[in-house]
This record gives sequence, C-alpha cells and structure tokens, in this order.
Amino acid sequence: MSVDLNSCTGCGACIIACHAENNVPVVGKEEIRRSRDMHWLRIDRYYSSDMTEEKAHQDGLSSIDKFLAMEDASASESLEVVFHPVMCQHCNHAPCETVCPVAATTHSREGLNHMAYNRCVGTRYCANNCPYKVRRFNWFNYSDNEQFDFYMNNDLGKMVLNPDVVVRSRGVMEKCSMCIQNIQKAKLDAKKENRKLNDGDVDCACASACDSGSMVFGDVLDKKSKVYAESKSPRAYHLLEELDTQPSVWYQTKVRNKE
Amino acid sequence: MHYESPIREPLILEDKTLHDITEDIARPVEGKANKWWWALFLFSLVAFAWGAGCLAYTAGTGVGVWGLNKTVGWAWDITNFVWWVGIGHAGTLISAVLLLFRQKWRLSINRSAEAMTIFAVVQAGLFPIFHMGRPWLAYWVLPLPNTYGSLWVNFNSPLLWDVFAISTYLTVSLVFWYMGLIPDFAMIRDRAVKPLTKKIYSILSFGWSGRAKHWQRFEELSLVLAGLATPLVLSVHTIVSMDFATSVIPGWHTTIFPPYFVAGAIFSGFAMVQTLLLVMRKVVYMEAYITIKHIEYMNIVIMVTGSIVGVAYITELFIAWYSGVEFEQYAFLNRATGPYWWAYWAMMTCNVFSPQFMWSKRLRTSIAFTFFISIVVNIGMWFERFVIIVTSLHRDYLPSSWTMFSPTFVDIGIFIGTIGFFFVLFLLYARTFPVIAQAELKTIVKSSSTQSKKLVMSKKIIYGIYDDDDVILQAVKDIREKEFISMKYILHFQFMVLIMHWA
Repeated sequence: MSVDLNSCTGCGACIIACHAENNVPVVGKEEIRRSRDMHWLRIDRYYSSDMTEEKAHQDGLSSIDKFLAMEDASASESLEVVFHPVMCQHCNHAPCETVCPVAATTHSREGLNHMAYNRCVGTRYCANNCPYKVRRFNWFNYSDNEQFDFYMNNDLGKMVLNPDVVVRSRGVMEKCSMCIQNIQKAKLDAKKENRKLNDGDVDCACASACDSGSMVFGDVLDKKSKVYAESKSPRAYHLLEELDTQPSVWYQTKVRNKE
Repeated sequence: MHYESPIREPLILEDKTLHDITEDIARPVEGKANKWWWALFLFSLVAFAWGAGCLAYTAGTGVGVWGLNKTVGWAWDITNFVWWVGIGHAGTLISAVLLLFRQKWRLSINRSAEAMTIFAVVQAGLFPIFHMGRPWLAYWVLPLPNTYGSLWVNFNSPLLWDVFAISTYLTVSLVFWYMGLIPDFAMIRDRAVKPLTKKIYSILSFGWSGRAKHWQRFEELSLVLAGLATPLVLSVHTIVSMDFATSVIPGWHTTIFPPYFVAGAIFSGFAMVQTLLLVMRKVVYMEAYITIKHIEYMNIVIMVTGSIVGVAYITELFIAWYSGVEFEQYAFLNRATGPYWWAYWAMMTCNVFSPQFMWSKRLRTSIAFTFFISIVVNIGMWFERFVIIVTSLHRDYLPSSWTMFSPTFVDIGIFIGTIGFFFVLFLLYARTFPVIAQAELKTIVKSSSTQSKKLVMSKKIIYGIYDDDDVILQAVKDIREKEFISMKYILHFQFMVLIMHWA
C-alpha cells in the first residue's frame, strides 16, 4: 500500500470504511476517553510549532525547554498541518511477530502480517512491541453486551455486519488485515476465470473510500502495478524507517510550495 | 570438623545445646498460635479474598476492568509479576549459592528464605496467567501436542522463555526446599504425641531414619541441587529482563538489563527476607539463631546489590545520552521529568540513596533501621518495574498514541490480594513447618555457637591468625612464659597461624 500525504485531506472516510468493512467495534465515549479506540486505521495529525532547532540554538534554550516548546502547536497564521493515516504497516521484519508466545501473529508468503484470532491468548506483547501502535485489543466482549449497546447488541445492528469477517471475542488482539477477505475473494474469482490476478482487482476498504485517491493498494512484486510505481517514487518513505521493520506501506512525503 | 576462631562472632547465641535447638524449632509447630498470629492471619485472609474477588471479576468480565489501554498494554500486572519474581530470588541465592561458597550463616535463614521464594513465585505466576485476555487458554503457551494441525509455540518469544524459566525455577526451588525439610519433618514426627500429627509428618518425612546412608544421600543431593539452582539464580531474572530487552521500545531495548535485573532481584529478595525474618525471629523466639550478625550480612548484600542497581540506572542515563538516539534520549528525559517523574524519583530515592546508609556499622546492625530500609527497598523495587514498564510504553515512538495509565480498584485489589495470599501461605508455613533447618544448623553447634567458643576458651586453646609484628612478638613472649601442653604454629609470609593448648 502507498499513502500520498499530498492528497490526503484528513476527511476520515477511510476510518469509517474500515470500521464498516471489518466489523470493527464502536466502543463509545467512555472507552475512547480511556484511549481504547478500536480503529484499525487512524489519522495522525502533525501541527507545526514556532519552535525550531535553529530558534532554540539562537535563543540558547536547553534541550528540555526546546522539546517542551516544540510540543505546543503554532498559534500564528503560519500553522501547518499534516494528516497521516496509519494502519498496520505489515512489516517484513515485524517486531510483533517474534514476541507472541503462541505464534498467533505470523507472516504470510504474500507479505501480510496475519492475525489468527482464535489462536490469540491475549498477552498484548505484540501491541506493546509495535512501534506504530496500530494493534487493538478487545478489552471486553463488544458484541452481545449491554455495556456496549451500539450496533452489535441487537438483531438489526447485526444485519449490518460483514458476513465475510469474523466478529472478534473478548481477550484477543486485532488489527488491519489489508482487507484479506477482499484479497481472498479476488484470488478465487481470478482462479474461477482461469486468469492471473490483475492490478486493481483488489482494493482495501480504506483505499476505495478515499475520494482523493491518496491510498493505493496492490501487489508490489508486480512491476506494472500502480503501487510498484509509487514505491519507487522519490517521495516514498517508510514510517520509522530507522527501526528497520521493513514495512509494506509506503508514504509519499508532503511537498509544499512556499517561500 | 570445621574449626573456627573464637574471635569470630558466633552464629548461635545463648549457649544453645543440640536439645535446645530441637525444642526451639519444634515449639511453634507443637504449640498453639497466639492472638497476634490469628489477627495477622485473618487480616491476610481478608486481603486474599478481596484479591481473589478482583481476579474473578477480571476473568469474568475482561481485562478491560484494569486501567490498561491501547498504548499501555502492560502495567500493574507485569510490574507485580516482575516484583514477585524478583523477591523470589533471595531464597535460592541463600540456599544454593551460599551453600556452594560454604557460608555457614545461611543455615539459620535458608528455610524461611526458600519458603518466601516459593510463595513469591506462586504470586508471580498468577499475573502472566490472568493478564491474558483469555486466561482459560493459558495452557496454549505450553508446547503440548495438539489436534489443531501442527500448532506449536513460538520459541522466538521471550514470554515463552519465561514459561520455561519460571516453571523450572519453581520446580527446582520446591524440590530443594522439600529435600531440606525431610530430616526436620522426621524430627517433628519423632516428637509427635497425637496420632494424626504423627501420621501426617510420617508421610511428609518419607521414612527418614537418620542413618548415615540417608545423610550421605542428603548431602549429595544438596550439592547436586545447589549446582542446578545456582545458574537459575542468574538465568531466571535474565530471561524476565529479556521480555523488555529484546523489544524495540525505547527504555526497554537495553543490553544492560540482564545483570541489572539480577542485581535488582537479589536486592529486593534480601529486603523481603529482612522484612519477614525480623518479624519472625521476634514472634517465634528465634533471636538466638537469627542474630544481628545474620542481619548485618544481609544488609551488606542489600548495600552491594543496591549500589549495582544504582550504577545501572546511571549507566542507562549515560548511554541514552551517548547513543545519540533521540527516542532513547526522550524516553529517559520523560522518565525523569515527564508526568511520571514522581515514580522515577521514588525509585531513585528508595533504591539508590537508601541502601547507602548501610555503610554505617551502627545503622546496619540496628534492627529498627534495617526493618525500615527493607520496606523502603521493597517499595522502591516495585516502582522500578513500574517505571520501566509504564513510562517506557506510555510515550514511545509516535506522539499520536501517547497516553497515560492510571490503575483501577481492580488493579489495586489484585496486588493487595497477592500480598494477602503470600502472607497466608507464610503464616501457615510458620506454624506447621520447622522454620529453621535445624538438622543442618546442628552441624555448627560445635564450631560456631557461644557455647562451643567458651569451651575452646576454657580448654585454653588459642587459635588465631596474626599479621602484625608486635602481636606476633607478644604472642611468642606469652608462649615462653606459659607451660603449654602442645603448641603448633605455622609461619606463612608475614602471617603466623598459632594453635596453643596449655594446662
């Protein structure tokens, strides 16, 4: 997958699409306040600060004061914002995979980071060791639970659930699967039609919901694919590249035209 | 027989004879509990019941009843786990390492230290099971053959190493402890007057007869188990530290962790031994066996390991700065000055500053002060684990996920519950088990008790090592003036070893 930060407007349609596609539970205000959102995909926002390395050097600020000042967003007209959608990076050298004692999260031959819900015992070690913090834990049973009377607690709400995706029970970890149900369906359709999978046959819910086209999904080993071209773009970079997690998600850095 | 200089302070006070030791150790088992024991026991039982309730609530409702969130996936659970495992380290160190180093002072404290180890590891073991989202599947972390295809455990995971490390440690400690108990159970069996008591202790003592062959096997097994247990003293907390050290989280990803954790574990373990024994020696009248000398030795261990821990803390800070890794630097800046600064400075004060008082002979031989410091160290070591786990996790790489952790009443209840459970076990132990390894302790009555030392003096045997010229000259002058029966001296470089025996 490639995400272009130039065209991302931060509208949040991808988050909603992901929730709807993958039966991601809605947990309510109380749980959100406890930092227990279940978003498989989130949009990080970065605000520019008036404090810069040069300014700190000129003013002779200590590093503690510099970092504290950097934490405050600029109040002036020159405030700049970056929207940064973050989902599971499907690292090829994934910190989460090595630490699971029961091997519930493993790497597929297609380069996906799999999550086997029914193998997961819920130690949360994978989430702790994820530098992107994209793993989400089912703290409670969110379906059939009066405490979470949003949509998975009544018959009508349950009709909205995607039948191709399992509803997770409590105590298991979950995270972005790159809509593996869509990948599997596209593969099976191609097999039935006795053809190879074409670029554009598969799309993730987030990418199809994105109206600015900033999310591109595909097979990066297919040199004719759009995502391959994006991955070779001079703007392409990996999130926290220095950790050498070798993610499967590329970001296209934001370019600004300014003085 | 081991011969000991009369100048060396005795390990058994108050002219205890072999029979006195038997009487003293059997008394708490044979007698009735006083009201203090009952008060403490009921209090612990209530705490235990409260914790058990909180644990049942967690298992029934979900780990969400704790204060954890998407960023802080471990907090009090693993803090308590590491804290209890750490406490469990002193027992094996005292019983195995000090046995191999032939430290006789271990004999009065090893039984209770090992009991403490086992009870602490039991508490520790609860947390990895109940911190799981689905604790009823906890057995999946064991490499059991199964019918789910070829599903196997992940040998890359440090949590799996923990499973092996902790279970091995518990097993070896339990066997070592039990083996040492056999001759002492036999002593209680032989003295028992009620048929039921006799029956129970007969089963427990495995038909021990005290024959030479039994003793020979006992000694051999002691050494074998000490040899097995010694590497465990180092390995268990090394592996626990690898839960953190092998991760990518700044503040966890630290190569210094294994030695630092082992030192910290011994530090906290000895502090807990002090806390328990200072109370126990008073309640069951063991002052003649657990002497100021024992307390002082343990305080020295606390001082040394506390200083090692202090060096480790400072090294971490230095390396964070020296590495030039901004995430690492921020992690440590955040520890010391961030929203959890109070936890960091509580840890620094309790673990680095407070054991330094033990340089003073007056303070390290003071019972009240030792008790105070032992509690301070236990608090400090809890904070150490809290600081490592929570302050590293709550602000790691991407600031969008930064958040805070605060415990719920369930977190607190479970922790209090394990303290209650620990004391329930320890109090039951103190009334039913011989709290001192009396059979082994009796081996030093002839060499290291006040009584034996007086005997040596009355027979006018002098044994000593002199390394001062003037003292040697004075000794030789004394020898000339007295009519001695036998005199033996060995000159070795500037030392003179002198054994005199005169009428």
